[in-house]
Amino acid sequence: MKLECKHVWDYISEYLDGTVAVAVREDIEKHLEHCEICSAILDSTRNILILTADERTFELPVGYSERLHERLAKAMKESEDDSTASDEPSGG
Amino acid sequence: MATESNPESELIARIVSGEQELFHELIRPYERMVYLTCFAILKNETEAEDAAQEAVISAYRHLGSFRGEAKFSTWLVTIAMNAGRKRLRKTRTAREVSLEQSTEDSEGLEGDYTPAFLTDWREIPLEALQRMEIREAVRSAVEELPDIYREVFTLRDLEELNVDETAAVLGTSANVVKVRLHRARMLLQKKLVPFLETTAPARKSWFWRNA
Repeated sequence: MKLECKHVWDYISEYLDGTVAVAVREDIEKHLEHCEICSAILDSTRNILILTADERTFELPVGYSERLHERLAKAMKESEDDSTASDEPSGG
Repeated sequence: MATESNPESELIARIVSGEQELFHELIRPYERMVYLTCFAILKNETEAEDAAQEAVISAYRHLGSFRGEAKFSTWLVTIAMNAGRKRLRKTRTAREVSLEQSTEDSEGLEGDYTPAFLTDWREIPLEALQRMEIREAVRSAVEELPDIYREVFTLRDLEELNVDETAAVLGTSANVVKVRLHRARMLLQKKLVPFLETTAPARKSWFWRNA
């Protein structure tokens, strides 16, 4: 089956996740062999995902972990001190 | 389905039966996840950090109700999501405005989720974007995504939850997750491609690589 560019775009996300059906993937790959536009689109999308997963892109605030554990330790101590705490947040 | 000794569930059992201090160890691998989840909702570092702390404390207080049907990470991210939303409601009432209702209604619209062409790259004036660091550009593009897309994108592509876990956290279906993720990625591609073009040209050698 010959794919049009538009159809390839519909599958870009799933293609990158490796979840498209084998037959569709083969069609996409055949299309990519001769289509510069779709190849570039696929590549740029992949680049974005690589950058996103890179921990330097989304950094945690400096000292986040220390403050988190400090506050947790405090909360632990409080619930130890008065085990009748009534202010229960909803957990989901 | 793995029933071989799981250090995490052992850890949880020990915490529940009295060794509370171990909770510090339990959450350490997930600190980043918790923060990113809150940030996806609040888009503000200070608010996200506060919400993350609230989430972790809430998880500590409710660990006894964790049954292990879900993964601990999914359970924790759900709590983080709730903590973020709770805080968002608070900050919004404080501001007395809630103009942002653009979440669900945008889904039905015929949005433009087609990718940007090679030819578009030269047409978009992007001096501002080009001055930015690429990572900064990615960050701001993600922040500008509509809420429902940013949430899915954060869970899937930053925190690397799978489709089913993401659906569970958001209380939606796997199919909705896939659709939103696709749109999020296409919106980002569209926004970032001119910038990527100038800094990281497409490489053909990547085509065959399929994760």
